[in-house]
Amino acid sequence: MHPATSIIVFTVCSGAGFGLLFALGLPALWGDAPSGALAWAGFILAFALSVGGLMSSTFHLGHPERAWRAFSQWRSSWLSREGVLAVVTLGLAGFYALACIIGLPGAAILGPLTAVMSLLTVYATSMIYAQLKTVDRWHTLLTPLCFLAFATASGEIIVGALRAAFADGPGIWPLTAALSIFIAWTLKQRAWRQGDARAVAPVSTTESATGLGFLGSVRLFEAPHTGPNYLLNEMGFTVARRHAEKLRFFAVLVGGFLPMILTLMASSGLAPTVTLVLGSVALLAGLFIERWLFFAEARHSVMAYYDRRTA
Amino acid sequence: MTAERPVDTAPYVSDEVRKTTCYMCACRCGIDVHLRDGKVRYIEGNRDHPVNRGVLCAKGSAGIMQQYSPARLRAPLRRVGPRGSGEFEEISWDEALAQAVEWLAPIRATDPKRLAFFTGRDQSQSFTGWWAQQFGTPNFAAHGGFCSVNMAAGGIYTMGGAFWEFGSPDWERTELFLLFGVAEDHDSNPIKIGLGRLKARGAKVIAINPVRTGYNAVADEWVGITPGTDGLFVLALVHELLRAGRVDLDYLLRYTNAGHLVIHNPGAADHGLIARDGDGEPLVWDRGTGRARQWKEISTGAALHGEVTLPDGRNARPAFEGLVARYMSAEYAPEAVAERCGVPAVTIRRIAGELAHAAFEKEIRLNQPWTDMRGERHEQMIGRPVSMHAMRGISAHANGFQTTRAIHLLQILLGSVEVPGGFRFKPPYPKPALAHPKPHTGAQPGQPLAGPQLGYPRGPEDLKLDADGRPERIDQAYSWDAPLSVHGLMHMVISNAAAGDPYEIDTLFLYMANMAWNSSMNTAQVMEMLTATREDGEYRIPHIIYSDAYSSEMVAFADLILPDTTYLERHDCISLLDRPICEPEAAADAIRWPVVTPDRDVRGFQSMLLDLGARLGMPGFVDDAGQPAYADYADYIARHERRPGVGPLAGWREGGDGRGAPNPKQIESYIANGGFWLAHVPQEAQYYKMANRAYQDWAVAMSFFDAPQPYTFDIYQETLRKFQLAAEGFGDRQPPDHLRATIAEAFDPLPVWYPTAKAEGSFPLHAITQRPAAMYHSWGSQNAWLRQLHGAVPLYVPEQVMADAGLREGDWAWVISPHGRIKVPVAMTRAANPMTLWTWNAIGKRKGAWALDEAAPEAQKSFLLNHLISELHPPKGDGLRWSNSDPVTGQAAWYDLRVRIERADAGPIEPRFDAQSSPVSPGKGDLNFGEEWTK
Amino acid sequence: MTDLPRATDKKLGLVIDLDTCVGCHACVISCKEWNTGGYGAPLSDRDAYGAEPVGAFLNRVHTFEVTPEEGPAMNVHFPKSCLHCEDAPCVTVCPTGASFKRSADGIVLVDESICIGCGLCAWACPYGAREMDPSEHVMKKCTLCVDRIYNDNLAEEDRIPSCVRTCPAGARHFGDLGDPMSDISLLVAARDGMDLMPEQGTKPVNKYLPPRPKVGDEQVDLAAFCETPHAEPQGFFAWVDRMLEKV
Ligand SMILES: Nc1nc2c(c(=O)[nH]1)N[C@H]1C(S)=C(S)[C@@H](COP(=O)(O)OP(=O)(O)OC[C@H]3O[C@@H](n4cnc5c(=O)[nH]c(N)nc54)[C@H](O)[C@@H]3O)O[C@H]1N2
Ligand SMILES: Nc1nc2c(c(=O)[nH]1)N[C@H]1C(S)=C(S)[C@@H](COP(=O)(O)OP(=O)(O)OC[C@H]3O[C@@H](n4cnc5c(=O)[nH]c(N)nc54)[C@H](O)[C@@H]3O)O[C@H]1N2
Ligand code: SF4
Ligand code: SF4
Ligand code: SF4
Ligand code: SF4
Ligand code: SF4
Ligand SMILES: [Mo]
Repeated sequence: MHPATSIIVFTVCSGAGFGLLFALGLPALWGDAPSGALAWAGFILAFALSVGGLMSSTFHLGHPERAWRAFSQWRSSWLSREGVLAVVTLGLAGFYALACIIGLPGAAILGPLTAVMSLLTVYATSMIYAQLKTVDRWHTLLTPLCFLAFATASGEIIVGALRAAFADGPGIWPLTAALSIFIAWTLKQRAWRQGDARAVAPVSTTESATGLGFLGSVRLFEAPHTGPNYLLNEMGFTVARRHAEKLRFFAVLVGGFLPMILTLMASSGLAPTVTLVLGSVALLAGLFIERWLFFAEARHSVMAYYDRRTA
Repeated sequence: MTAERPVDTAPYVSDEVRKTTCYMCACRCGIDVHLRDGKVRYIEGNRDHPVNRGVLCAKGSAGIMQQYSPARLRAPLRRVGPRGSGEFEEISWDEALAQAVEWLAPIRATDPKRLAFFTGRDQSQSFTGWWAQQFGTPNFAAHGGFCSVNMAAGGIYTMGGAFWEFGSPDWERTELFLLFGVAEDHDSNPIKIGLGRLKARGAKVIAINPVRTGYNAVADEWVGITPGTDGLFVLALVHELLRAGRVDLDYLLRYTNAGHLVIHNPGAADHGLIARDGDGEPLVWDRGTGRARQWKEISTGAALHGEVTLPDGRNARPAFEGLVARYMSAEYAPEAVAERCGVPAVTIRRIAGELAHAAFEKEIRLNQPWTDMRGERHEQMIGRPVSMHAMRGISAHANGFQTTRAIHLLQILLGSVEVPGGFRFKPPYPKPALAHPKPHTGAQPGQPLAGPQLGYPRGPEDLKLDADGRPERIDQAYSWDAPLSVHGLMHMVISNAAAGDPYEIDTLFLYMANMAWNSSMNTAQVMEMLTATREDGEYRIPHIIYSDAYSSEMVAFADLILPDTTYLERHDCISLLDRPICEPEAAADAIRWPVVTPDRDVRGFQSMLLDLGARLGMPGFVDDAGQPAYADYADYIARHERRPGVGPLAGWREGGDGRGAPNPKQIESYIANGGFWLAHVPQEAQYYKMANRAYQDWAVAMSFFDAPQPYTFDIYQETLRKFQLAAEGFGDRQPPDHLRATIAEAFDPLPVWYPTAKAEGSFPLHAITQRPAAMYHSWGSQNAWLRQLHGAVPLYVPEQVMADAGLREGDWAWVISPHGRIKVPVAMTRAANPMTLWTWNAIGKRKGAWALDEAAPEAQKSFLLNHLISELHPPKGDGLRWSNSDPVTGQAAWYDLRVRIERADAGPIEPRFDAQSSPVSPGKGDLNFGEEWTK
Repeated sequence: MTDLPRATDKKLGLVIDLDTCVGCHACVISCKEWNTGGYGAPLSDRDAYGAEPVGAFLNRVHTFEVTPEEGPAMNVHFPKSCLHCEDAPCVTVCPTGASFKRSADGIVLVDESICIGCGLCAWACPYGAREMDPSEHVMKKCTLCVDRIYNDNLAEEDRIPSCVRTCPAGARHFGDLGDPMSDISLLVAARDGMDLMPEQGTKPVNKYLPPRPKVGDEQVDLAAFCETPHAEPQGFFAWVDRMLEKV
């Protein structure tokens, strides 16, 4: 699939934003709702990331001016649900933010609610991809798991950084972040391995796509048009195996090892603000690579119609 | 949740439908042009039309994009830059025609043959030929010589009809259909409709073709033959049928010259000629009475073998005897030919079996009484449901004439021509060679020619050679190089004119032929010939006038451009005097008429030619007062009479169809009837047309000929024997010595096979082109829709050849022939003959042509095979020019090309040429066709 | 509506005969010319005369090469447009309700006036049957010529899809696949019509008729239905004489 920048920015940033809302909301459960500078910084950053991400996704639309119509089909469409959930979550988060900043009552309820809704929003985002049977690499439980894990990890590390900078210290967050990062990349490793296995034995093949498998092995001889087309531009993206391996390595290095080391440094008290800010940046950078691969490596079933394999 | 969205299921379609004839290719389907706000909204097939019966091909539907193509020429042009540059200035029509008159009038007054008028993909040859005849030049022809003259000549000399678009299988009845060397054909839609019918009916299709795409891909069986060997394959089938005694003797006796007596007098001047009576009619041997009789007097009573003594004492044998002796010989056994053909002997044997099985075990008997030419009444029509069709895979080889004859022989032996289930002629065919005119030359200053330039020679006496034995025509048609070049040799004109051989000409006038590009062999050198200058700096071909409708490569090489309209903007006439659009069951002709008004300063070519003819004062083009005889082409179509009562259109003449005085409202009647006219062949006349009284009488009434002309099929061809006798040294017209052996071999009166373009060690592979169904030669690339289908095409290379050359998909390779080399992208194929490379024809374009961006894939990634093919073979060291063509007809042998392939560095394409500057503004930006109607 | 109708009254669709399709692209261009001035936005062509022309098409014809275990490889021409699936994922993923399946006839359509051009439906379609228009940026797809088949501005016989009307080989059939007795249902039954990518669970309405088996060398033997083959012309002429006595 074509790794469109707008979509990569959307998923990474909105994931981080809602992850951050999750990490800002959850502590209200035990009365640790953010306040003061932390609340200001936390909510501004969370809104910037989530709204920015959502805005970015509209760049991908042919008709952004009609984007409001996307709220209508929540009964069946994950994209619609994602939109609805995002708006509801942002609304709740707004009230929660107000509660935290102005000290209104209800934070104890609004916080956990925001946290749950944030996770649901991230889940809905992930399901836009995971629901697609057409993309073997995406159509797996691991897709929502990874999205959720990366979102929470992002939220946790950022909240740690914010707490280090604006409150009384990162607290337990560096450790949970390290754990989340570890879990997330472990899941991602499994997703990659599963995806690689599926790439070798795709659900849909040129044989099943044409129904001609009963006659022999099938390959594309002539494409319908000699020029490019929307399908190829959108779904015909391929990345060389070796290139992908390299990028995976960098993704794990930058988005996994680096932030984990930095969070561990932070939790052992070593310049927590600096290490956690750096860790957050590294994680997000790693996620950009991961997300690019998420699209670039995904093979759409339509490519079965364009498979020229010569062996 | 929203409700189901509303849909307008009955939107307004169009203001008006105008029915005319497609010209996105030469198939000439009927089209319904939907117009909205004066613009073409939609084009669909005319359901009533005999050719396409409602369907339309991709090109036909893409007519919209041709109509609004940016490449349309806009006004007459005068060259201002050097030839080939494409630099022109726009001039008025008056200036343009005055210029043409300035060049042509002196030629006509002094030496009319200094005008060479060649008209390419002309659908008005009876008109353009007449123009040339009235001008007085012998140098006229259209594209047939490089296209498929082998098919026409082979068919007409053998059976008075041909494949091409002159006949078709009996699609509704045939059980077994053999398709030889066809990718697309001129009969594009009829063949597709027919194949669809065969599929629906479950009849079997066998495709003989080195490449398995298109029609050949859907065939039930594919014979991946080695190019150039079909003759051998077919004669091996004949061998098997004779061995098995599976030939239709009754049919042979009645309808062919199998029983005609051939003089047996070895070493004498009459050896091999047909024995004739005092009236010149062939003789047969009456088995019953034991004496020679005129062929028409008896039918099944004639002998088919045995030497007899004629009343004049000479010995003779039935033609069939020699035929049997030849083809039963071991040299035609399947085993003997299998390797050369690339077809296993078992397959050949089985196909022979299937042919015999279908022809004789599936015999059809129609209860339709009819009377034959001998007056014999038949209660039934007997059908042999085997049919065949062939085109350029057969004809574009130097043995194509004889291979065509071999296929016809096979059909005839099976009794499957003009019978139910077999191959049928389309009126005005059948029409034997003898009923066609002979060729005419003999230019006189200021005088018209005595007859049409093109015709069918009967023997060496009809060759067009002057007293010194030099060719009288600039293309050297009807010379010893190509004695039966019945369509002329357009592909030789430029090189002969540039070489001044046999003489120099003054003006080359071309119409609708991209001779500077895809329709020429040896393209790079042709461009040099067109620009070659003499010592005095003048061009070797002093004047070139060209009529095109679009900004083609050829445009850049002309001095004067007379821009034509598009096919939707002009009157045209698809006449029975030309290549008609009839079907076996019906005679038909058609018109085009301006369904859209031109928005440019362009004129229909034929109307312009009438004007030019009048300005030149040519007889027939001016009246007695010297005034133009016709207002325009429409006026000509309605009023011109070629013979009394016979004009360009046969329908709605004064007093009836076929014959009658001109009807001033004729064109209106055509328009009212959907643009065409149709007359059904009477039931009794549907089959056996060459020998069917009812048909012959109907044909006379319809004006196809003036008296019945029944005849027999010439499986033994006497005209050929006459040339062979000349080669053997008999007669006063003698071929040059270097051609004797070739003529003796190629003019065999019985079908024969000889190898073409032998695999010289370093060029082991064959390379051929195929027509893509959705592209017409060069003129489809300007079409925004079609060019997306075929914008850049690779050379397809069989898997093993790829492996041997170390090539992989997407690589580039050098393809090298004895004549040159090209660099091309390659792709792998498995569904092709293992020695054959192929590509789609004419996709490569010169930069700057066709109003395309110079970076267009057509100019950057696509190529022409033509650069590898020469109109002449490489010199053999004897100082002679050996032409790359069939020695009988001069047909260009495009598919005899032999090559080798080598890996190359990445592109771009080679050879590359400078861009030509575009006389029209190139197409730019995005298209949203139909936007105004979708609001 | 984005929810799929539980059942449709009819299942209108196409049946494509791969044994007959000659790959001529007539259906491709006919579809383009009808639809570019018809339903929704025009099917635009970006850079139409330039280096990389990209246009929207609702129907495209591929050619596949099939290599059997034994015997020569074959090419199969393969037209493909929307299959009007019963379980159309392209409908359920659509966030706006622009993509919907009609309950009357099962036709899957896009209402371009509310389409946001998100492209998700094209991702959801396994077959590549949806294309974003390069100029209007709305989703285009085969409409099954919904603006022809009920259009009383057209002659009755022309109320069929443009591609079906034009197909020279007669390889495209249109009708109600929900009616087991319709001509095309019978054709599908007789010819073992197949689904594309059944594993995707889309339940396509359009069916494809597979190429019929191509013949090999095992067929008819000439010797089986004639007399002993003649080795020499004499033998042949003796046969000729016997035969001629009969005529
Ligand atoms: N390698 C290779 N080369 C081949 C062949 C092959 O098989 N392989 N085939 C050969 C054969 S059989 C043929 S017939 C030739 C065909 O080759 P050409 O005869 O050159 O045919 P086209 O390229 O179709 O174009 C002829 C010209 O007619 C112009 N034209 C189109 N419409 C009109 C019109 O309405 N009015 C006027 N005045 N002009 C118009 C076009 O713009 C174009 O310049 O190619 C030959 N060349
Ligand atoms: N769409 C479309 N239609 C056209 C044209 C076009 O350009 N486009 N051009 C028109 C013109 S001008 C013409 S002349 C006709 C020609 O119509 P076709 O005769 O169909 O022309 P080609 O495409 O040259 O096809 C020749 C076929 O013969 C095969 N072949 C080559 N060598 C041999 C051989 O030795 N033996 C056998 N058995 N097969 C062989 C090739 O693989 C190819 O399939 O088409 C006309 N119709
Ligand atoms: S075959 Fe196609 S291009 Fe040729 S005349 Fe017919 S519709 Fe037109
Ligand atoms: S029009 Fe018919 S034969 Fe041609 S590609 Fe389409 S389905 Fe195949
Ligand atoms: S083919 Fe694709 S676009 Fe058409 S209904 Fe099925 S899933 Fe949807
Ligand atoms: S592109 Fe349009 S039709 Fe497709 S899912 Fe998005 S809004 Fe729906
Ligand atoms: S049914 Fe209509 S819209 Fe669909 S492919 Fe055919 S012509 Fe195109
Ligand atoms: Mo041709």
